[in-house]
Amino acid sequence: MATLAVAHRPQPFTAGYYARLFRKETQYEILKMLRTRMFSISVIGFPVMFYLLFGATNRHSDYARYLLAGYSCFGAVSACLFGMGMGIALERAQGWMELKQASPLPRLAYLGAKTISCALFGLITTAVLLVLGITMGGVHLHAAETARLFLVVFAGSLPFCAMGLLIALIVPANSAPGMINLINLPMSFASGLWMPIDILPHWLQRIAPALPMYHFAQIALRIFGFARPGSALPHWEALAGFTCVMLGIAWVVFTRSEARS
Amino acid sequence: MSATSVLPDRAREMRPSAAPHGTPAARLHAVTKRYGQNTALDGLSLHLYPGEVVALLGPNGAGKTTAVRLLLGLISPTAGSVRVMGRDPRDSDARTRIGAMLQVTRVPEMLRVREHIDLFRSYYPHPLPAAEIVRIAKLEGLEERMFGRLSGGQKQRVLFGLALCGNPDLVFLDEPTVGMDIESRRSLWDEIRALSASGKTVLLTTHYLEEADMLASRIVVVNKGKVICEGTPAQIKHRVSGRRIRCVTQLEPGFLRSLPTVADVQQDREAVVVTAEHPESVVREMLLRDPGLHSLEVSAAALEDAFLALTATDSHQPNAAPQSQPHS
Repeated sequence: MATLAVAHRPQPFTAGYYARLFRKETQYEILKMLRTRMFSISVIGFPVMFYLLFGATNRHSDYARYLLAGYSCFGAVSACLFGMGMGIALERAQGWMELKQASPLPRLAYLGAKTISCALFGLITTAVLLVLGITMGGVHLHAAETARLFLVVFAGSLPFCAMGLLIALIVPANSAPGMINLINLPMSFASGLWMPIDILPHWLQRIAPALPMYHFAQIALRIFGFARPGSALPHWEALAGFTCVMLGIAWVVFTRSEARS
Repeated sequence: MSATSVLPDRAREMRPSAAPHGTPAARLHAVTKRYGQNTALDGLSLHLYPGEVVALLGPNGAGKTTAVRLLLGLISPTAGSVRVMGRDPRDSDARTRIGAMLQVTRVPEMLRVREHIDLFRSYYPHPLPAAEIVRIAKLEGLEERMFGRLSGGQKQRVLFGLALCGNPDLVFLDEPTVGMDIESRRSLWDEIRALSASGKTVLLTTHYLEEADMLASRIVVVNKGKVICEGTPAQIKHRVSGRRIRCVTQLEPGFLRSLPTVADVQQDREAVVVTAEHPESVVREMLLRDPGLHSLEVSAAALEDAFLALTATDSHQPNAAPQSQPHS
């Protein structure tokens, strides 16, 4: 076939190249997170421990079902905030990100791989909680409910990955863990992830709708019939809006720091 | 340090040596980079031609790393232009043709050497085979080792290997042998020579003068964000004329300074160091005048002397605190 003579190598960026690059980046990101015990044990371990303490001890009760959804959300949020927030902050501080930036790896692939890896950790936590709930908590679930829970946890991870990204950009690496705990723990509590929101003080119940985790929890609780009355749509909208705000601020912060550097 | 008063003014007016011709693989043209009040690069121009090993030599804070970061498209210049392979360095097509070894404080430790290589290879459309990278970076037997379990020199070698994953035409090595023992340093030097022999262009930053002397086909001396001079290692060494005579003698420094062709006299502990154009005649005279003269040594000016003389031109205080270089 007659083609124009090209001075150097042919256009190399094929779809296969991108697919392979993204697969490898995700694969090794997951492997790295799994092997970093501090991360994997705490992110999966805390919700599991809490569920054993508060959920599985209340066998066959609504509580065991409610907390299955609540701690699944908590696990997903922790994985996203720590995975993105700490992971990116550290790689930035240590110069490792510069080496990646100097390579042809697209930024979106870098962020996408981290997002998927964090979301996967949320799914792992959910799976462990489901096994515990079914075996020890006496929870009955249909296959469809199980599938919906996984889907909600996966989709609900994205806003919190966006939040983790923003944290990574504005909080120094060494203070990121403290900062994340400071955001994560009170917010999880106030959003009704640890105990039914209806037994929380009234003033807390009133501010809960301002928290993104509340909307995430409401969507997950709906699967088990514990959600507050109303449609799920506003909750999805709230999460989508929150994601946009987080990404927007992250974009501004990042371009500013780039202009300064 | 004392040998710094050698011909400071000549250093300033030196002409750059004739650079190789052709289309440059990369160039900085009149680039200025400011961080707030701080000027890291001040109208610096640098051309890299295919197949060259260029050493960017300078004290800490001279702007070496800033120049590399500009060429990698990690930062953009305040003024001036940066081109790599005739393109913007941020262009992904340019990035597939370069490789970089940067000063990374920590690399993810929970991946094996083999995995790091596999990952970086996937970033490039036409990577080198993994076995080839292992061979070039001398990582045989370490493939299954976690990165965190490697010694400092081994880590540097992995970073070197990662820089070569994409089979680049242009390689940036920012202080590549920092923290290496002499043996691994020498073996890395061999690899850098091999890269250059295979036609790749290498830009090396270093403050090890010996390294620049051993590797570079051209040395560019920078200080305070400016190119002070450039040339082959031999040319740079010739900037400091004369050779050094070191001996213990009773002769007065004032008298020594009056001898023909003596450019400089310095006291070094119990000995005296005389820099002279014609050391033979100076030594002859000294031996005649002082029969007790002993511990005599005559040596060619080292690259280090040239370097110190060149970088000290702006101030006569070689020990003045180097200008601190801000990081992003």
